[in-house]
Order: sequence, then C-alpha cells, then structure tokens
Amino acid sequence: MSRIELTGNPFVKSALKNRWPQLAVFIVMLAGYLFAILAGLVGTQVGSHNFSIVFVWIAWWAILILVAVPFFGRGWCAVCPIPLPGEWLQRGAVLHPPRKKPKWFNLRWPRAFRNIWLQNISFLLLALFSSVLLTTPNITGIVLAGMLFAAIGLSTVFERRAFCRYLCPVGGFIGLYSQTAPVELRIKDKQVCATCEGKPCYNGSANGYGCPWDVFPGGLTKNTYCGLCMECIRTCPHDNIAVNLRPFSADLARPSTRMDEAFKAFIMLGSAMIYAGVLLGPWGALKDAAYNVGTSAWFIYAAVFLGVIFVIMPSLFALCISRFENLNAFKKRFATLSTSLIPLGLMFWVAFSLSFVLTNATYIFASLSDPLGFGWNLFGTANVTWQPMLTSILAPGQTLALVGGLIWSARTAQKAANEAKTSLIPVIVYCFITTLVMLWLLL
Amino acid sequence: MRSYLLLLLFVMAGLVVAFAPLPVQPIMPQERTFRIEARQFAYSPSEIEVNPGDRVTIQLVSTDVVHGLYIDGYGISVEADPGQSATLTFIANKSGSFRVRCNVTCGAMHPFMIGKFTVGTNDWFYRSMGLAMLGVVSIFPLSSFLTQRKKKEERSGAGD
Repeated sequence: MSRIELTGNPFVKSALKNRWPQLAVFIVMLAGYLFAILAGLVGTQVGSHNFSIVFVWIAWWAILILVAVPFFGRGWCAVCPIPLPGEWLQRGAVLHPPRKKPKWFNLRWPRAFRNIWLQNISFLLLALFSSVLLTTPNITGIVLAGMLFAAIGLSTVFERRAFCRYLCPVGGFIGLYSQTAPVELRIKDKQVCATCEGKPCYNGSANGYGCPWDVFPGGLTKNTYCGLCMECIRTCPHDNIAVNLRPFSADLARPSTRMDEAFKAFIMLGSAMIYAGVLLGPWGALKDAAYNVGTSAWFIYAAVFLGVIFVIMPSLFALCISRFENLNAFKKRFATLSTSLIPLGLMFWVAFSLSFVLTNATYIFASLSDPLGFGWNLFGTANVTWQPMLTSILAPGQTLALVGGLIWSARTAQKAANEAKTSLIPVIVYCFITTLVMLWLLL
Repeated sequence: MRSYLLLLLFVMAGLVVAFAPLPVQPIMPQERTFRIEARQFAYSPSEIEVNPGDRVTIQLVSTDVVHGLYIDGYGISVEADPGQSATLTFIANKSGSFRVRCNVTCGAMHPFMIGKFTVGTNDWFYRSMGLAMLGVVSIFPLSSFLTQRKKKEERSGAGD
C-alpha cells in the first residue's frame, strides 16, 4: 500500500489549516482537564465514583491506548490541553501570531537533555506510584495540576513546547508508539524545503508559529517527535506539507540507534508486564507492596520494578543478541534490534488495557451523572451498577492482541536484523518468551 | 503463489488450535467447599481450582470492610459484611480460568481486588501458547508473501 495524501482533500486541508476547529477541541479538552483537577481535589475520595479517576484513568486511557495511539499516533498530542495555557502565555496570543511578542526568557533547551531520558524518568516516577495515582482522586488531581504548572513554567523559560518534547511522561511513549501508526505528517518535495528562504515552518511567520516541537519538517523521517499540531501546514508558503495515510509501522523500517529510545521500549514492555502481574493478578501481597508507598515492602517493589526494567530485561536481550564486537558497535546493534520490541510493547498495553477498561467501564456511566460523588444524578445514570463488560471476548481479544503483536514484532525484527546485519532468531526468541509470560499473567 | 498457500495453511492451523474441541477425561463431579477470606484488597486463598461439573460452595468471610465476590463468565456474586460470612453455591459448568473480583467498593485499590477461579485446565492459555508458536513460525511465509506482493506492485508501477 502506498501513501494516500489526506490533505489532498480540500475539506480536510482547510479544516486542518483553520485554527478555529482545533481551538474548539482545545477548549473542550482544557475544560475537561480543569474539571478533572477540581474533581480530584474537592470530589469524593472514592476513586471509582470520582470523575478524575474514572475519566482520566479509564475513559481517557482507553481512548488513548486502544484508539488514538495505534491509529493516529500523536493524534492525542494534537488536542492535548496541558501545554495550552503556557503556550498562550509564551505566544501572547490564543490564535494568530501577535504583532508584538511577549518578552519571556525564550531559552534553548539544554543540549545535554535533548533526548527522552527525562521523559523516561518522569514516566517511571508516575509508574512507581501508579497504584496510588490510579486509585486516589486527590493524588490524580495534584499530578494533573503539577503537569499543567510545569508546562506553564517551562513555557516562560524555554522556547517552544519544552514540556511536551522533553518532560511529558505520556508524550515519551506516545512518540515511541506513534511510529507504528498509519498516519504521518511529511513534506511532499525535499528540494522545495532545501531552497525555501527563511524556513517559516521552523522559524514562524505572520501565518503561524515556528514548529512548537522544535522539529524542522523538511527533515522529518519518523513520527516520534512530530506533535501533529499542524502549524507547519499553516506556515509553509509552498504548500509542501502533507498529512498522509500510510501502512502500519512504516517508520520501523528505519530502526533508531538511540539508547534513550531503546530503553523507552524496555520501560514500556516491562511496565506492562509488571502492571499485569501487580494490578490484574491474584497476588494480594504484590498489591499491598505497590500501594503502601514508603513502607519497606514498597521500596522492595520499587527496586524490583526498576531492576526488571533497567537490568533484567535489557540484559537478557543483550545476552540474546551478544557477539564479540566493540562497545559502540554493540550499543548500535542493541538499539537497532530493540526497535522490534515497539509493536510488542504497544500490543502488551492494548491487552492489559482491554482487561482493565472492560471490567471498569460501567463506572463511566455512574460518574457522568455524579462526577464529584456528591449524590447528583444529572443524566439518570448515577445508579448504574458495576458490571464487567464483554468478559467472554476478553481472553480471545487479549490473545489476538498479544499474538498479533508477536507476529508484528517478528516482522519488524526481520527488517531490523537486516539493517544490523545479524540473525533475527534471538530477537524472535526473546519476543516469544516475553509474550508467553504476558499470556500467563493475563489469562 | 506457494507462500500464499502456506500462509493460508497457517491461518487454518491457527483456527484449529484456537477452536478444535479437546478430549476431556470424565471425572466424577464432587462437592467442593472453599472458605475464602476477603480483606482490603486480596482474597485468601486467591486461586481456587475445581473440576468441571463440581458443585462448588464458596463461604466468603470478610475480615475488615464489606466485600463482594463476583465470578467473571459465571456472572454470579455474593457479598459479606465485616466479620460475617456469606455463602454462594453453584455448579462449575463452564471450563477455563475466570477472574474473581470484588463487586462492592471497598477502598482505594478496590478495582484491583482480584482472584482466580479455574475449572478444569486453563485451555485458552495453552491454545494461546500454540497460537503464539504458530505466529512466530508463520512470519517466514508471511514475509515471503509480503515481499512477493511488493515486487508485484513495483512491477505494475514500473509498467504504468
């Protein structure tokens, strides 16, 4: 399947170029986000009856991991409300670029941190406290507010969307998995960008802002760092930017050689497995350890969590693919081959989320009518009783996701192994064993 | 053409692995009684196993707050007040592994208060292992099929 240019359709193109439709979605999202903070802080502290828990960790998570990331890549980032207030402040405008820019510090992000290691750390910080975060409304409210204020603070100090690009705990894995999505933003003709004067897509113009994600669209080869904000479509004076429909995982044909991205793949794969065991497994002691933050059991849990992700899983992978060569060559091969784990990781999260979401989805109806747990019944659904949904198709659905992910990863391993000029068998064996462990944890 | 047929063969083998009925050894149904203690946020024992056809009685005892016990797939439940016990009796007429969940909001980690109820063997897990194995092997005809298709597309593109 070749690419289909969606922006070739005049209606799609004008809808993407126009700022109003995006602003309308932004306002709804921002209102929902602020309400989630409010609900977390002032609503009932019974998680399953609080809007912040139910709509963030069940509804939003389901949409994100089951629909948005697999099919639209960074589609969520295109409408995420977190960077908005900071960006409006930084730009001194809500819509079109103003004549006079506000005087913020506008610093470049430090070179040493121009990678996703900080996103890896921020994700792990939330992951270590996830049992409390996912179940305690005021913690969720505080974390959501913290992210909003961090984004505002960074916008006043650094240029562009520093929070989204380098710090957002969610943005890191969305970027990684967006490489598998069948949607991309790319230039149409490289030569046009090479000769373009002033590069308004990166530097901005009267028609729009320079790329908020600090990306020069002319050099885009993968989805990882493009936030689909559509600014470059507005600023390009040569109509050289296109949004395309393409085959799934097209970006993975060119594997990354970066260690921060390689470790992101291990972090996500390992976290999905640990969550499946701790949150969905029948082992009460594990749940106690994960929930009772600050106790010795929690410290052991945290050490095991980090040990599995940073030591055990990468070491086993390294052992599988090891051969005599210098360290730099090995690191490059390690990073290249770990690209194969991206589809598997995504499908691990799909399988994990299916169980979590289908069994808790009925809370959405109750929370819609009584979002703060104050005894309201706005839409007559406050008393909908909890009932797991579609449990008969849950196990087959999870198997389909995991086996599909394994085949997808094996296919990616073929391409990565060709690139690294090595055998694909060890990578497939590694993927196969991790899939069996995940099947055992979920079924 | 050959890789296409091979791929089709793998799909059919996958369907057999997923849905073919397995031979079942007849076991005399028994009366099985389990005393399950529920506390925030775990059951003890957290995993129980019975044979298909067994008449199962679960005596749920709550040691702290009100807890419930709901069995996925069976759609039946029981609730126990603190310090009290409640009983649920049913015939284990569906084979497989089912999650057991608390169905009364009992605290922060309530959505994750989960146990496991297995009737006979967990067939679906073994079938899934078989499917995973088939999936891994199928990658070779699959890639050959995709390569052939790509070449064909390129040839037709060049012809245009």
